[in-house]
Amino acid sequence: MAVPAAGIAVATGVISLDHARAEAERLGPVVGFLAAVLVLAHFCDVEGLFRACGAWTARWARGRPVRLLTAVFALASAITAALSLDATIVLLTPVVFATAARTGVRPKPHVYACTHLSNTASLLLPVSNLTNLLAFAASGLSFTRFAALMALPWLAAIAVEYLVFRRFFARDLTAAAPAGRDTGEAPALPLFALVTVGCTLAGFVVASAFGVDPAWVAAAGALVLAGRALLRRQAGPLTVLRAAAPGFLAFVLALGVVVRAVVDNGLADLLGHVVPDGTGLPALLGLAALAALLANLINNLPAVLVLLPLAAPTGPGAVLAVLLGVNIGPNLTYAGSLATLLWRRIVHQHEHDVDLGEFTRLGLLAVPSSLAVAVVALWGSLQVL
Amino acid sequence: MRVIAWLVEGTWPACVDAVRAHAPDDAEVVLLHVSGPDVPAVAHGAFAGLLGRGHRELDPGDRVEALGGMSAASLLDAAAERLGRPCVREERSGRVEREVVAAAEGAGLLVLARDGDRSRLGPKSLGPAVRFAVDHAPCPVLLVWPEPAPDLGTIPPPPPHHA
Repeated sequence: MAVPAAGIAVATGVISLDHARAEAERLGPVVGFLAAVLVLAHFCDVEGLFRACGAWTARWARGRPVRLLTAVFALASAITAALSLDATIVLLTPVVFATAARTGVRPKPHVYACTHLSNTASLLLPVSNLTNLLAFAASGLSFTRFAALMALPWLAAIAVEYLVFRRFFARDLTAAAPAGRDTGEAPALPLFALVTVGCTLAGFVVASAFGVDPAWVAAAGALVLAGRALLRRQAGPLTVLRAAAPGFLAFVLALGVVVRAVVDNGLADLLGHVVPDGTGLPALLGLAALAALLANLINNLPAVLVLLPLAAPTGPGAVLAVLLGVNIGPNLTYAGSLATLLWRRIVHQHEHDVDLGEFTRLGLLAVPSSLAVAVVALWGSLQVL
Repeated sequence: MRVIAWLVEGTWPACVDAVRAHAPDDAEVVLLHVSGPDVPAVAHGAFAGLLGRGHRELDPGDRVEALGGMSAASLLDAAAERLGRPCVREERSGRVEREVVAAAEGAGLLVLARDGDRSRLGPKSLGPAVRFAVDHAPCPVLLVWPEPAPDLGTIPPPPPHHA
């Protein structure tokens, strides 16, 4: 969809070829970074990291729902931060469901926790979310400083989500599993995957200290895990390519061009009146709320592409406030945004009926509260650091 | 007569025990489990939010649905073992409370467990699904506590008389 639209935008002169090329050059490294993280997460799964995580949480929770929820929160937050929200949604969610079902615990709160944390817990590192990679490139922050500024908002937002979940799902969480259910056997430690991910994260810090683009570190980590799988014939070159989701990478590039065309043709002036100036607490709160609203309307990826050029001149504080809004905001709407929801209606992918009332009530409790607390935490971090 | 035991994760042993204690020896026992569509749908929605990153066969909602079927089967196996007498296993999927009521058509007894907040006795100890089943079941209902029933001492004192 986006690729032909980008082609039309360039062909009809809605966006000049130079602007389109500049946008593609700006997004190129970001897209490469994303490809590396996707490959890294895929081969962590091949190494058995996610199965092992499921077995650990099952043993630790011993069939007690509240303990399982706590473990899922810790696990989903760590996985999202280190391996991106894609890993939590695609790879961790089924494992968490299987863990709950196997230990006789009602799965609903735990599956909801995965989806909410895939957004809320994706604040910490540039690699945690594609929106972060885009903002990271625009903010001019170093990897370490980005993480330092976002650490407190990350923790605060997760803590608020936890409190909301404990209250909202109190009924499901009191139904303890009958004793003596199978908690699975002790899993083999996927040491190689753990060490590779640990080294990659440490590499980000080191690379940032020496001014090297962290994308190279992510590529090295991905290469190590993919190379090992290739050598052991657990995967072919085609699997590696598919794990990098080339279709999606092209989509991101094209989306960037399309959004640039829309921004160039009037949206920038329009939004310029609405986007708050300054980095005081009220301005940051307004910016985050606007970003959350926009993310719920048109999905957070276009939302961040639209808002970044407007927020970047104000400084890193404004960019990070936008990020809080576009990352936490999507928990409010099923499928992340009204645009996605409408699209699913159009192509008739709505045969799975979620309880929209329940989904939205949870979002209305969790999103404004965690977003507000996170913005205050960001404002505090900006004062201190 | 047919006795339906509606089994839910976490509370099903109480229902099985109630069938053992109260169902006539010649009754046909049906162990019923209903999988709701909402949990896989949550996973489908999260995947849709990724805007087509990854291929459709990666959709975690599909894997959750498949795993849900397996876990329902193993729950019914464990329940049949605990029951210790011949029984029919029935797996349904759809709107949980409506499937339960539909399954109870023509039955002589529906056995179910409280699914609400049991720390406070009273109306809240029934959740929406059990409330619906109690109100609309086309047969007598046996409502059990997942744990031993609270004794009379837990009832609050009567309200004072108004003059």
